[in-house]
Amino acid sequence: MTAAFTVSRATRASRIGGAVAAVLVLWLSTFPWWADPGWMREFEEMSCYLIFALMWNLLAGYGGMVSIGQQAFVGLGGYALLVLGNHLHVNPFLAVPLAMVATLALAVPVSFIAFRLQGGYFAIGTWVIAEVFRISIANISTVGGGSGTSLTALRGISRSTREAATFWLCLAGATAAVAAVYGFLRSREGLALLALRDSETAAESQGVDVTRTKRAVYLIAAAGAGLAGALYFLGNLRISPDAAFTVNWSAFAIFIVVVGGVGTLEGTLVGVALFYLLNKLFSDYGTWYLVGLGLLAVVVTLKFPAGLWGFVSRRFDLHFFPVHRRLIPPERDRACAT
Amino acid sequence: MLSFLDTLVQGVLLGGLYALFALGQSLLFGVMRLTNTAHGDFIILSAFVAWSLAVVTGSPWLALIVLLPLAFAGGYLLQRLVLNGTIGKDPMRSLVVTFGLAIVIQNVLQQIYTADPRSIDSGGLNTATFQLAEGFSIGALPLLIFAAALALTVGLQLLFDRTDLGRAFRAVSDDREAAELMGLDHRHVYALATGIAFLVVAFAGTLHGMKTTVSATDGPSLLLYAFEAVIIGGMGSFYGTLVGGMLLGVTQDIGFRIDPGWGIWTGHVVFLGALLLRPSGLFPRTR
Amino acid sequence: MDLLSTRKLDAYYGDSQVLFGVDFEIERGEIAALVGANGAGKSTLLKTVCGLLRAPREAVRFAGEPIGGLAPGRIVRRGIALVPEGRRLFPSLSAEENLMMGGYVKRAGPWKLDSVYRLFPRLQQRRAHPAASLSGGEQQMVAIGRALMSNPQLLICDELSLGLAPVVVKEIYQALEQVCRDGVTAVIVEQDVAVAQRVSRRLYCMQEGRITLHGLSSELTRERISRAYFGV
Repeated sequence: MTAAFTVSRATRASRIGGAVAAVLVLWLSTFPWWADPGWMREFEEMSCYLIFALMWNLLAGYGGMVSIGQQAFVGLGGYALLVLGNHLHVNPFLAVPLAMVATLALAVPVSFIAFRLQGGYFAIGTWVIAEVFRISIANISTVGGGSGTSLTALRGISRSTREAATFWLCLAGATAAVAAVYGFLRSREGLALLALRDSETAAESQGVDVTRTKRAVYLIAAAGAGLAGALYFLGNLRISPDAAFTVNWSAFAIFIVVVGGVGTLEGTLVGVALFYLLNKLFSDYGTWYLVGLGLLAVVVTLKFPAGLWGFVSRRFDLHFFPVHRRLIPPERDRACAT
Repeated sequence: MLSFLDTLVQGVLLGGLYALFALGQSLLFGVMRLTNTAHGDFIILSAFVAWSLAVVTGSPWLALIVLLPLAFAGGYLLQRLVLNGTIGKDPMRSLVVTFGLAIVIQNVLQQIYTADPRSIDSGGLNTATFQLAEGFSIGALPLLIFAAALALTVGLQLLFDRTDLGRAFRAVSDDREAAELMGLDHRHVYALATGIAFLVVAFAGTLHGMKTTVSATDGPSLLLYAFEAVIIGGMGSFYGTLVGGMLLGVTQDIGFRIDPGWGIWTGHVVFLGALLLRPSGLFPRTR
Repeated sequence: MDLLSTRKLDAYYGDSQVLFGVDFEIERGEIAALVGANGAGKSTLLKTVCGLLRAPREAVRFAGEPIGGLAPGRIVRRGIALVPEGRRLFPSLSAEENLMMGGYVKRAGPWKLDSVYRLFPRLQQRRAHPAASLSGGEQQMVAIGRALMSNPQLLICDELSLGLAPVVVKEIYQALEQVCRDGVTAVIVEQDVAVAQRVSRRLYCMQEGRITLHGLSSELTRERISRAYFGV
């Protein structure tokens, strides 16, 4: 009777999903040779939202730290790119990962202030921090002040090189973000995080260092947001404090994650796809479009708390990115059970 | 010396307005630990509704009188029909729902009232001043706002400490299940708290709209000021909220006088500093 | 006629069943004791009677009427009050405010602040102190007083002696017996079988969500009780 059970995390869907994802990434990477620049630009924007939303989901959905201030790190990533490229004359494409590292470094002291607050206070306290960064940068004229400035570091690079390099960076960033979050959740620290989400006290008594784990998550999420910011403004060619530190980043992430399905990777992917579609179809309606997004987030939270993906995955037991370990009974038992 | 006194007085008066913004949020924190991220937007919404009512009735005071029962009913129903379903250990649901509402309110207001800022006609009250010395005068409306903040603070604290309803608020806040065993319906008690908070919101919106211009997207900054006043003061004390509002007002005013670009920044930074030094606020709930 | 009775009562925590066909009866004016090991289902039975857990309407009857599954607030209004396990006072309210919360439903009857203070004179001096600052025994007195303030016909006490010194336990049970002489019916859950048997007229023993023994306390032997208690 012993050792009859096996522990498995893979599902059939996850094996198929992995293969499909690999093919999809390969196919996407050929875009610069044949695809319309407009499509590429759309893809770039959506990868920035995807990266940012993945990180927001990690922080809020898995880490229980609901923040309305992650745009602080989008802005810092964007401005780090600007300073590295325009002022320090680093190659702008190389500056993208460096901007991410710079954001991570800045997030360390920020975390000590933010972690003074919990729950709802954390959410709004982080927003205050983002505002402090926005106003600070708006008052620094060497980076363009309140009206912002252009990424002059890109001058002298041919348009096709620039577009292709930006596209590949975005594709690499999005793929890496999915892989990083997936890998983190399956690691020991990830398991600790899932335990924390269920009960901090219980996890602590099992030897999980609560603050350390939460800080690790916060820093990863900040670095990811910094990457999203650097990529976004690399593609945008222009940055201003209002665009970089706008709370809309958080608003869109909340929409994507909540409507897609909080606390699942697939949910964020579904959410981004839906966000893209809605944006494509309805963004011409301006304010009414935003009213619709807001209402949809409210209704989904109240009536379908697991989101779109939660609904589908529960219905069909589909898990493309399984992070849970499941027990598989031995063949004989399984026959008896059914 | 006089200019220092002027800064201090104007800052304290501005703080009265911030306290007015914050009292409703303070009540919701105290009763149900609810962070209403649409709080600022509800203040702006009341300012616009008061503006329309003032146009119809011809008086901002009549507008306020009509607005108050509407605000109470609106707050009660919002809590009863929407927010009660989001309250729990996980702050995610209430944060997302109120944040969604904030976006809805901002955009609906923009649709109806356009993006233009507007101001409630106070019949000249907003320009009336009392000259105290050469170069030092106090505006009548800021003084009135401060008096209103003071009165509402004392009123709310008395309501909380001395009345049956206040006792029910504190009991539900302490232990919801035990309160149910006493025969309380927490959904009703929560809804009454939100109704009362919205009465304060109606005052805040109307007076704010008389003092200055408001536009549809002002809500988030008001939320941040309100939140800062509550945290600086310490959660669970209305007097703390009033003091927190005044400290924020004075700080911002000092910042503004040094450089207009850094006024709000100074307020935010002092708030973050206060958070590091006294995370539980100036008047933490000790009982 | 029974004041409270349950008929084939089942109860669940989520999907798992914790009570299995419990038949429980108590007559007007008596004290019934409920004993059993931790996890035997005693607290669950009390919570179900008080409306904190769902139950079919007819499975619980009180004063001749079905009350299963009513909201806790409606059950208090009909005259059942619970002294919950761990007392569950409102820590930031004063002792007196806690008592006043008990009177929230305003049922008519003899219990008012004065009568509670007559029962527990110590509370009168401590009336303005926050409940959190009272001693364990004083807190238990507030909890009983708070339940009495709703003028219940039936008082349900869950683990009154938990964490209290024996001398305090004795004082509390003396008070309870006095309350019952004045016409209140009581159900007590008690870990200490000797105390339970001495105080009660009728005794129920529970194990794994079932009633395993019941009878008049004076007629049950310790041996039968411990067999039903431990299942040996």
